[in-house]
Amino acid sequence: MAAFFQQVVSGLASGGIYGALALAIVLIHRATGVINFAQGEMAMFSTYIAWTLTTNHGFSYWPAFAVTLLVSFLGGVGIHRAVIRPVERGPQIRVVIITIGLLLLLNGLAFWIWSGEVRAVPSPFPAGTIDIGGVAISWSDIGTIAVCLTSVLVLSAFFRFTKVGLAMRAAAVNPSEARLVGVRVSSMLGLGWGLAAMLGAIAGMLTAPNVFLDPNMMQAVLIYAFAAALLGGIDSPIGAVVGGLILGVGLNLLGTYVDFVGSDLKLPAALLVILGVLLLRPAGLFGKTVVKKV
Amino acid sequence: MTALLELRNVEARYGPVQALRGISVEVPEGTIVAVLGANGAGKTTTLRAVSGTVRRAGEITFAGKPLRGGPEAVAKAGIAHVPEGRGTFTELSVTENLRLGAYTRRDPSVKADIERMAGYFPWILDRGDQRAGTLSGGEQQMLALARALMGRPRLLMLDEPSLGLAPLIVREIFRIVRELNEKDGLTVLVVEQDARIALDSAATAYVLEVGTVALSGSSAELKGDEAVRRSYLGY
Repeated sequence: MAAFFQQVVSGLASGGIYGALALAIVLIHRATGVINFAQGEMAMFSTYIAWTLTTNHGFSYWPAFAVTLLVSFLGGVGIHRAVIRPVERGPQIRVVIITIGLLLLLNGLAFWIWSGEVRAVPSPFPAGTIDIGGVAISWSDIGTIAVCLTSVLVLSAFFRFTKVGLAMRAAAVNPSEARLVGVRVSSMLGLGWGLAAMLGAIAGMLTAPNVFLDPNMMQAVLIYAFAAALLGGIDSPIGAVVGGLILGVGLNLLGTYVDFVGSDLKLPAALLVILGVLLLRPAGLFGKTVVKKV
Repeated sequence: MTALLELRNVEARYGPVQALRGISVEVPEGTIVAVLGANGAGKTTTLRAVSGTVRRAGEITFAGKPLRGGPEAVAKAGIAHVPEGRGTFTELSVTENLRLGAYTRRDPSVKADIERMAGYFPWILDRGDQRAGTLSGGEQQMLALARALMGRPRLLMLDEPSLGLAPLIVREIFRIVRELNEKDGLTVLVVEQDARIALDSAATAYVLEVGTVALSGSSAELKGDEAVRRSYLGY
């Protein structure tokens, strides 16, 4: 039984990471109806920035974490300004193609700057475990869950209680109406890209210690995040987080208790989740079925 | 009386379709002005030209200054536009809608203003957390009105506030608009298909026909006009 709970907790930790990246995808999709395929590579790039700050510039972990968040936010806003905004008003497919281009660009850029060499990233959390009711839980899992939870809570407070957060939601749900009350919709979309980049950075920095840092590090995580976002209902922020947690725990248990799945078949299992959701319940767990008038 | 809003030779088009063919409208400060006309006459476009949600040509002055820019700039200048079909954020709560109405304001008295709105619409306090989309049609129109007022506009533009609502509710909405006009001196430009109720509230009115001003004058004059009576009042 203890082993089971251990698996659940470590599933929650990876699920928190999927949830954070899924939330980033949902933020942009809600506001623009577009999936940002570059979300994972943006996160990877942010993680490299954090890694550079700690290894080459003498930062300790948490200051580097904070600086990376800031840089990622500015980077997200900058990307929106430079390559998304010019095509925002056109057909959505153009934006999607640009995000795919961005994926390739960031990936190539990372290889060029940092080489493809695989690097170990130390965990910011103490090694070892703590015993909670007979279950040994690693500090790294607890730390990961805490950071994800905090980011989600801070973000939802921002959307609920601040004027800018409210304006961002208004711009997302009804842009033309938002402009009538004086909201600069395009600036709000830029802010959304900034926040999404920050969330991605968190996901990336939490992922790196568990795997190794290399330019392809986030590609699998992005698939999990897509699955999580779809499972929760692609436009539901709470759904993204819950979807991430369900997926994290589910895949972890599947990998542990179903022999042939192991760790190799987790990714295909996530793809099955994507397929299953799209076939059986396209609106996801928390989404609304949208009836489009033709 | 000086004009708060003045349109001179304003044109607007949707692609190849010219919706306004050079109209001139004056809205004196502190009055209610109505724009009447049949479907497609250009009533809605007139308001959209002012708020910058349609491409426009010609001259629009507001409070003595030329009015330029998109809807964000127009909202900031002090014009609140309640579009046709209850302009609310249906997915946001009543309170959030009201807070958004005050978006262009920098002062901290937003809470006090929500309470002031509750003086007109008492239900908004109890149902602050309710999603706007779940309100009845009349309530949504009232919320749209309250939200527009939250911005403390100098000019309120209403597009077909009566659309799809029961007569009793329409009368209530116009009563509140008149009260705001009489008590606070709010200037109102209202577009309305229900000519009778519009003429009862407005001081002056314009009748549009295919993108031009066909007739204008005081409400009393227009009510007495044979053509207006037959075409728009139906007796």
